[in-house]
Amino acid sequence: MSDVFTVAPEEVSPERDAVLALLGIPAGTQLGDRIERLYTHALGVLGETIAPRGLIAEIEGGAFDAVYAGDGKNAPETPVALVAPRAEHRALFAVTLGEPLSRAVAECFTGADFALGYTLDAMASVAADAAAAVAERRFARTLRERGWATADGAVLRYSPGYCGWDITGQRRLFAALQPGAIGLTLNDSCLMQPLKSVSGVLLAGPRTIHKFPPTFDCCARCAERTCRDRLATLFAGAAH
Amino acid sequence: MPPLTDLADAVIRGDHPQAGALTREAIRLAIEPKTILDDGLIAGMTVVGDRFRVHEIFLPDVLLAAKAMYAGMDELRPLLIRDGVPSLGKIVIGSVKGDLHDIGKNLVGIMLKGAGFDVIDLGHDVAPEAMVRTAKEQGAAVIGMSALLTTTMPVMGEVVSRLKAEGMGGTVRTVVGGAPVSEAFAREIGADAYAFDAGNAVDVVKTLVGRR
Repeated sequence: MSDVFTVAPEEVSPERDAVLALLGIPAGTQLGDRIERLYTHALGVLGETIAPRGLIAEIEGGAFDAVYAGDGKNAPETPVALVAPRAEHRALFAVTLGEPLSRAVAECFTGADFALGYTLDAMASVAADAAAAVAERRFARTLRERGWATADGAVLRYSPGYCGWDITGQRRLFAALQPGAIGLTLNDSCLMQPLKSVSGVLLAGPRTIHKFPPTFDCCARCAERTCRDRLATLFAGAAH
Repeated sequence: MPPLTDLADAVIRGDHPQAGALTREAIRLAIEPKTILDDGLIAGMTVVGDRFRVHEIFLPDVLLAAKAMYAGMDELRPLLIRDGVPSLGKIVIGSVKGDLHDIGKNLVGIMLKGAGFDVIDLGHDVAPEAMVRTAKEQGAAVIGMSALLTTTMPVMGEVVSRLKAEGMGGTVRTVVGGAPVSEAFAREIGADAYAFDAGNAVDVVKTLVGRR
């Protein structure tokens, strides 16, 4: 199965508190008029420039192991190495918000609209993450339509560059997934273009397969810790 | 000097049309360009920086103020050049080769300019030889490097090594930053300093050039 899809912009509408957090503004802060206007303006530009697309391609366990091995630079023990063998289904995926948005951010900075560019960039980061969540839901829906009936089934994403999966893993992932179909390319440093893109593997199984303690060596160096939020959401009973 | 107080206020408010207009007015009143810069534009940005440090305002406020400062600088720059007014120092910045992220590097450049430095921004995907060559040609005091990928971090070390190989290790200082970069990594590659964010980069660069 290889599934190229377009995402409706409203599906990736950035969550306000997440954007403000990226801007360094604590949740619950009452924004002044000028920052409120800036936020509204940035949201408008985002709506005009965003063109989210995605690609999902199912992959067998053995083939994924070869992708995951990458250039042999992964951490010795990782959450993915723990979770992937327990998964009932797996798929490689990539989503992107498109090049016009990246261009709009760059133009803000060259035009001295720094605050707008920075706000737009933060919104795009949150929206890219939301697009990856769309891919999770889409894969879960596809599996269910095909009869996947695991009780408490859940799909979560894992990406090169995080959780001990070395970023050089992008090379094999791109070779297997071929996300050029949605306009994505990879440079020599394993950086995706357009920048506001997410790639990785979607792992499906009973929600308990995703549970892991944050005690890997890579966890100690991780500043993100978003896995904790996602696991908390998963075990709070969020629908997938 | 009320026009300059008003100018500083316009910068603090992030009112860029007013900052431009008040700078033109100050020039018309024959106030020394260096005085307009120090007591108007930089004075405003200093207040903004102080408020940002104590979390009274946030980064978007700082960036609105920076746009106002730039509006004033656009008016003032030709006169500063004519008068040969020196900046706090020349700083070459860039995201290292292979890295296309430049939001963080842009923020550093904006903050450094706001503090009175002359910033030469080489953009992103900058080769080590370009950084070193530019620093040499421009007589830069500091090279600031940004990386957001573990795969591009080693390029920072190449810049440091190249500077030393060309005998510039003692004259051109280096500062590194970016999400995966740490103080330990800076030490490991022999960089002079590490900055954890854009505001901190200004303090670090001031220290490196002996302006604190």
